[in-house]
Amino acid sequence: MKRFRTTPLWAPWFFMGPFLFVFLTFTTYPLFQSMFLAAHQTFGPEHSAFIGWDNFRFLLSDPRFWKAFKNTLYFVSGSICIQLPLALALAMLLNRPNLKGRALFRLIFFAPSLIGMVFVAMIFRLMFEKRTGLINVLLHSVFPSFNLEFPWLDTYLMPALILASLWMHAGFYMVFFLAALQNVSQEQIEAASIDGAGPWQRFRHIILPAIAPVASFICLLSIIGSFQLFELPYILLNNTGGPQDRALTIVMYLYETGFEIGDLGYASAIGWVLALLLVGLATIQRTLSKKEEQ
Amino acid sequence: MNSNKQLQMNQRTVAQIWLTVIYFFLILFSVITLIPFVWMFSAALKDNVDFFSSLFLPTGDGFLGIAWDRLTLKHFHKLFTEKGIGQAVLNSVFLASSTSVLATICSAMGGYALSKYKFTGRAFITTMVLSALIIPGPLLLAPGYQLLYNLGLLNSYAGLILPHLAPAFGVFLFRQTMLNSVPNESLESARMDGAGEIRIFFTMVIPIIRPMIGAYLIITFLASWNNFIAPQIVLQSPEKFPLAVAINNLKGVYAEDYGMLMAGTVVSVAPMLILFLLMQKEFIAGLTSGAVKG
Repeated sequence: MKRFRTTPLWAPWFFMGPFLFVFLTFTTYPLFQSMFLAAHQTFGPEHSAFIGWDNFRFLLSDPRFWKAFKNTLYFVSGSICIQLPLALALAMLLNRPNLKGRALFRLIFFAPSLIGMVFVAMIFRLMFEKRTGLINVLLHSVFPSFNLEFPWLDTYLMPALILASLWMHAGFYMVFFLAALQNVSQEQIEAASIDGAGPWQRFRHIILPAIAPVASFICLLSIIGSFQLFELPYILLNNTGGPQDRALTIVMYLYETGFEIGDLGYASAIGWVLALLLVGLATIQRTLSKKEEQ
Repeated sequence: MNSNKQLQMNQRTVAQIWLTVIYFFLILFSVITLIPFVWMFSAALKDNVDFFSSLFLPTGDGFLGIAWDRLTLKHFHKLFTEKGIGQAVLNSVFLASSTSVLATICSAMGGYALSKYKFTGRAFITTMVLSALIIPGPLLLAPGYQLLYNLGLLNSYAGLILPHLAPAFGVFLFRQTMLNSVPNESLESARMDGAGEIRIFFTMVIPIIRPMIGAYLIITFLASWNNFIAPQIVLQSPEKFPLAVAINNLKGVYAEDYGMLMAGTVVSVAPMLILFLLMQKEFIAGLTSGAVKG
């Protein structure tokens, strides 16, 4: 008589099966295929010609790619430098003990991130209009010197994108910060303030170290997301990169080359540059957070 | 002793003032967050004549100074009778629910296999899933499109649903959850009692991780509802379009009809807001659990 029944051999594969089948077909295989494609010039999905490293060579001297790269970098840095501090500030305000209505505030701040980028773009497209758009009208009524004709969707496209994304994402990241802050020990903060530590010192020496792992994860999440910006400018600008490609992003350029021009090869090359960039950033984040732990 | 009391009083007053300042900022940010929603809903409800003459609801002699009788549902009526937006709503509901249910089952099963069974290849698959987390979606657009073309799945819902059934993120999330919350001992004792592997999974494991299942269902439902780029690339016939794509096309036809555009956006956004209001606790808990605990 067997005393312990071991698990049957088929069991893990039964549970792994559906995932593995789909994952290998629709993630692993396309990943390798994209390397192959990146070495080809294609005309739609059927015709292609091998061109070796030419896509990458061309990419490095392609002014439109660099324009897209610069715009994306601008958006990423704008998002990180404004969105994340604001998200943290909101979370700290909400984390104050004996604050009433915390759940309601959290609900309100989080609500915009439920709306897809497409729909956010639809709303902001009308709100950014000159003269009639809500944003110019409100700014003008608060600051009478503000020009009603302020050209958000023309000259100031990148700030407009950063603003729309701020509205959408600040509450999203706030929720993560809030969850992290709730794990910071309240006694430690009180002890420090009895010892005479001011608000800034308490923040710098107790709160910040305690939320550092989550903060660096949120940072990475926000960078990865911002680097893939597509729908917001695409819809805001009627499926173009805007005047003089002012809001052309890397993924918009990828989409345009792959699905409007039909060169899946060049699109894959752009995709690989994006992927390598993100892998590099993730590696930096991992080494930094490992150093922090030691 | 008097001064001691005074100090306490002072501290209380300072705390009170701080709390007031905090409330002020929280309310200010809440108003800023809510304005675009209010603006969208009011734009959807008013005639295009009133669109430019009033910022939010048209003013008049009615209750609260609003001309209630000038509000209209004609944009919604037109959307559903002439533009067939009802079809797009049904498409979105079908796509989002089938994708989220199937992706959740695949991910939960995969996560169970990776966390609770020992088998050859487990370490390899785990590494593969972890590395896939960093692959940016846009990299797979071009090869994914080519694959769907070769499989004859373009312009079909299968081509849209299948690739989303094996999200590395989902398997990773369920693996973490089960490592932490499903005790090995109870699985062992259920096996000793003669329960089959599949029965153990459905009658023991699923109930334990129910909160995670609920959260993940909502996350994937939202992601699928708001997805634009995949249906935009895969689908060609307008009668198959989900809301995200249909609304963007509406923009081409009704560029100047702001009421129509906002009514379409309300139809797309409101269901998500309602869904979230009903299930916000599970949703936020699930969203942050991976980041904060893991």
